[in-house]
Amino acid sequence: MIAPKSLFKRDAAINAADVPRRTFVRNALHGYEVKRDLNKAKFQDWQSARETASEIKFEGINHLDKYLAEFAKNAEARGTKVFFASTPTQAREYIINLAREKNVRSIIKSKTMTSEEIHLNDALEKEGFGVVESDLGEFIQQLRNEPPYHFVFPCMHLKRDEISQLFHDKIGSAQTDSPEELTMIARRFLREKYIQADMGISGANFIVAETGMISVTENEGNARLTTSLPKIHVALVGIEKILPKLEDLSLFLPMLGTAGAGQLMTGYNTMFGGPRQPGEIDGPEEFHVVLIDNHRTELLADAEQRDALHCIRCGACLNVCPVFKNIGGHTYGTTYAGPVGSVITPHLRGLQDWKHLSGASSLCGACTEACPVKIDLHHHLLQNRRNAAAEKPVWWEKSLWIGFAILMRQPTLYYWLTKTAPIAQFFHPLVKGSILDPMQAWTRTREFPMSATTTFKDYWKQKKKQGAR
Amino acid sequence: MSSPSTADSRDALFVRIREALANPAISHAHEHPVHPANVTPEATLSQWLPAVGATFEEQLDLLARNSVDLKTEFKVVASAEEAAAHLNTLATENKWTKVATHRGSLNDAVAAQLTTPVYRVDDQFDKVQLETCDAGITECEALVAQTGSVCLTAPSSGGRSLSVLPPHHVVLARRSQLIADLPAAYALLKTKYGAKGYPSFISFTTGPSRTGDIERILVLGAHGPKKLTVLLLP
Repeated sequence: MIAPKSLFKRDAAINAADVPRRTFVRNALHGYEVKRDLNKAKFQDWQSARETASEIKFEGINHLDKYLAEFAKNAEARGTKVFFASTPTQAREYIINLAREKNVRSIIKSKTMTSEEIHLNDALEKEGFGVVESDLGEFIQQLRNEPPYHFVFPCMHLKRDEISQLFHDKIGSAQTDSPEELTMIARRFLREKYIQADMGISGANFIVAETGMISVTENEGNARLTTSLPKIHVALVGIEKILPKLEDLSLFLPMLGTAGAGQLMTGYNTMFGGPRQPGEIDGPEEFHVVLIDNHRTELLADAEQRDALHCIRCGACLNVCPVFKNIGGHTYGTTYAGPVGSVITPHLRGLQDWKHLSGASSLCGACTEACPVKIDLHHHLLQNRRNAAAEKPVWWEKSLWIGFAILMRQPTLYYWLTKTAPIAQFFHPLVKGSILDPMQAWTRTREFPMSATTTFKDYWKQKKKQGAR
Repeated sequence: MSSPSTADSRDALFVRIREALANPAISHAHEHPVHPANVTPEATLSQWLPAVGATFEEQLDLLARNSVDLKTEFKVVASAEEAAAHLNTLATENKWTKVATHRGSLNDAVAAQLTTPVYRVDDQFDKVQLETCDAGITECEALVAQTGSVCLTAPSSGGRSLSVLPPHHVVLARRSQLIADLPAAYALLKTKYGAKGYPSFISFTTGPSRTGDIERILVLGAHGPKKLTVLLLP
């Protein structure tokens, strides 16, 4: 198996060189930025809204035990089954056992990143259950047998002709270059799946402690169909999605819509507080909420980075990230790409294997600025770098710093090194970018600025002699 | 499903959470809190959210403007007769053969004058039959001026599927159901259901079904209704 870091470097090089794709993604995100700014401006005070959202999440996460217990109690009182899974295996087993017990044949899914995290589709298919993704972007990615490119816009890297070809190959539709016709092909194909399915699996954007509800945000209506028609509804949710009160949603729903997709309100924001209740016309007979840890408690234990659990997965930090725009979503090799993915993945999957993601940042802070719940993303990247170096120092980095410390304490040595730098640079082109060049990773594609022919010390002396100050 | 392992895994998770929270969070995100110690964040939400006019006319105007942006057809009608006449026009234009609805005072008044056959989901719910209907006519809990949303619930809107399965969703609302903003919507839900128990389904529907998954180009009618019509009755 290739190490995540090597894969990352390889894919980053390939994708950064794909200029047409980069331009395409950049243009798509520009449209988002225009709409986002338009809707942000509608808020009476966006910055105070961010601060308020951050305070509400802070309360929820820092009393997670209390609010999860409250959620479970209120949900169970309305007939919801709540299962707490520590590991992906426990979550998968619970869902597979449930499907077996209820003689489920086909399963329809609406978008849930948590299921990507635990590779639920593979597990269900291995057990013989048919699983269909219903979100258009996820459906396309499922047909391509490829993970989502972006956790809000799953197939934003694809052009219409690629999607048309895919539909033609996989479901036998006629070729078209109209996004509308392509959408209708998927609509027609998925319609009967909703009717046939006996189990619907969704995610959730929020869980509400006060009322024992989950809240699901979507635009297409696929999550509403997934949660209305099948006789069993299973929601797979990370434990950090907690909100203390129901009315908190009146702030979080428009903020999620605005930051996530540049919409003041996403098309459908639906709260589910149980299976079909007495007197209700339809709805599932059973409603299961599977709350999953999967190393989130390790991030919770990090007092410095705990606020990374405030994340509402809006994707705003990806959309503004210069690194994401250039290397694309798949290069990260993680379920959650972009700045927030780079912050949390080392906690979820191992610091040493994933520390390179903290280096893949210009530390420009655009992510922190964009975050609707004020997660200190770029500082967390620095903290991950620091923690990785403290846990397992890299010998050459360490020697470099020792050398630097010696150099900075020896004025004479420093003087002679800066004095001779132009000579060294004169010979640099002989090795530039080659394997003999210690700076090859940098100099292969970049020019080193010319060092000054006079050192500052000499320049200063000369000016003093001339009597100038 | 409540095997002993279910309780065990729950306990194990709570132990880990409590251990993790033993150290207080270090955070400089709250150096400038916007709320004094005696004010909860929840008490201030309306003042940060988009502004809504104070009068009924201003709110109605905002709702109408939001509807245009969202591609919702919004129409103020003077009576159930006018609402039915509009729906009959839509039925002719769109060649409706059957519409679905649920029982309710507004629905009953309008449905009685429709020229299209009507299927009532509360008589005998059948998803296959509902799928063949060209429109779903529902009532609602409220209309939210701030966002142009329709607040649906299972008891007010004929359950879950009626408002999402047919390709055209029609909402009938009264003028008194127009409310200012999202905090007002949650306050309304709390007053109505807080004590006796919330419905299993509450939804803010904001415009017809949409997607931008292909090249970020807006397409209406991804999986849910391609059209949303909101008729405001007296």
